[in-house]
Amino acid sequence: MINIHSLTFQYPNHPPLFQNFNWEVARGETWAILGPSGCGKTTLLYLLAGLKQPAAGEVRIDGERIARPRPRSGLILQDYGLLPWATVRDNVALGVKVRDFYGPDGKHSPANFTAKDNNADVWIRRLGLDEAADKFPGQLSGGQRQRTAIARTLVLEPDLLLMDEPFSSLDAVTREDLQNLTLSLCQEQKITLVIVTHSIEEAAMLGKKILLLDAPPNRTAQVFENPNAGMDGYHNSAEFHAMCERLWAEMQRRNVPA
Amino acid sequence: MKRRDVLLAALALTAIWQVAAMIVTMPILPAPLTVLVVFFRELPNGLLAHFAVSLWRVMAGMLLSVLAAAPAGLIIGGSKKLNRLFSPVIYLLYPIPKVVFVPVVILFLGIGDTAKITIMFLILFFQIVVLVRDQASGIAPQLIQSLQSLGAGRRALFRFVYLPASLPAILTALRQSIGTAVAVLYITELSATKYGLGYYIYYRGSTLLDYPSMYAGVIAMSLLGLGMYFTVDWLERKWCRWKFVG
Repeated sequence: MINIHSLTFQYPNHPPLFQNFNWEVARGETWAILGPSGCGKTTLLYLLAGLKQPAAGEVRIDGERIARPRPRSGLILQDYGLLPWATVRDNVALGVKVRDFYGPDGKHSPANFTAKDNNADVWIRRLGLDEAADKFPGQLSGGQRQRTAIARTLVLEPDLLLMDEPFSSLDAVTREDLQNLTLSLCQEQKITLVIVTHSIEEAAMLGKKILLLDAPPNRTAQVFENPNAGMDGYHNSAEFHAMCERLWAEMQRRNVPA
Repeated sequence: MKRRDVLLAALALTAIWQVAAMIVTMPILPAPLTVLVVFFRELPNGLLAHFAVSLWRVMAGMLLSVLAAAPAGLIIGGSKKLNRLFSPVIYLLYPIPKVVFVPVVILFLGIGDTAKITIMFLILFFQIVVLVRDQASGIAPQLIQSLQSLGAGRRALFRFVYLPASLPAILTALRQSIGTAVAVLYITELSATKYGLGYYIYYRGSTLLDYPSMYAGVIAMSLLGLGMYFTVDWLERKWCRWKFVG
């Protein structure tokens, strides 16, 4: 589904983050991108989202070269990107409103989009936000805010969900609850998931495949297979702990501070 | 702020005025009750008409400035390139006290309403443009990126992010400008007109020496400013509900 070929990217006056970097993701897979601060993991997510463009090489999703945000990719950022002046209901329906604003132009919204594609209320109920629907983001808990951001993305029926450290500011219980919810929703809706994290435990818990990024420039994709991620009880298994240790040792070996 | 507190403050100020009038005992400071009686007597005898003329001038000035300055601030604040281009110009023009241009504007535009409205426009425009620009350029990049990922291009960003984000700044700029606008209105109405509260106050006080009706004009002008202030507050509660919750 995702095909990154000979990617080179750098910010002005900085060394390149990626140099001739190749990476592939198959449809329906669940990936975690792990690495220390400044390694380029968020940049990689932005490249996938079409919010940044490579200096050389290309990013393709479903064969289409990504030059701008793609209607079927959903992006959830660390601080959720909710509009503070809009209620939960309006925030959840925001993507539909944006599509409605442009009409089915095939660029900002899918060519087959119709205004009645507004299933915001369905997702509000599904994510347990009924009671908070008329509240503003400032009145919500961190968990509710993140649920709102997830609902807003799922309303648009994405086939790819990109998440940037989405659970980092939540308490442990809420975090685990939302991690499980995200995994089950992605499985149910057959969504390919790419989640960026700096937490080894979170990567091991969520990613059936883990991409470990180095101190830049990244030239090769270091991939760890973690097929039992997301399974019941995996969090407490010896396998999980072994995976965490392996990732930790690998980061240490490369002298990359987590 | 509760309405009851505002009312109490008004009563307290009236009481201070009453005490001052009792101490001074001169015709140039009549007691509040005397002025109030004259105020209601004068309303149908011209004061209301002067009030209406002043209201029209100040509203026209404010409306024109919002209509011109809010989009300008949004566009400049929404683009780094335009911000770089225009900021030095605004930086130079903003601190110049526009009141000093009153004679210049009158020379160019004559003595009619156009000149009076233009002067108010000049003052308010810069205040609004600066506040809206700063608000628009201070929007968190994550918010913009989230909207872009939902498919928003430049037009949708203005509609769904820049405009609602700047609405409080527009209202704040208006609130801050009301005092200045009314003061400038007074100055522009002192000369070359026979209508407006500025003229009324000056004529009644300095020419007719009719102090109670001069104070009735002052009350009318205060009510004009207060009424506009309350209107902006009301609009903010209506349009920016999110600021008053939580």
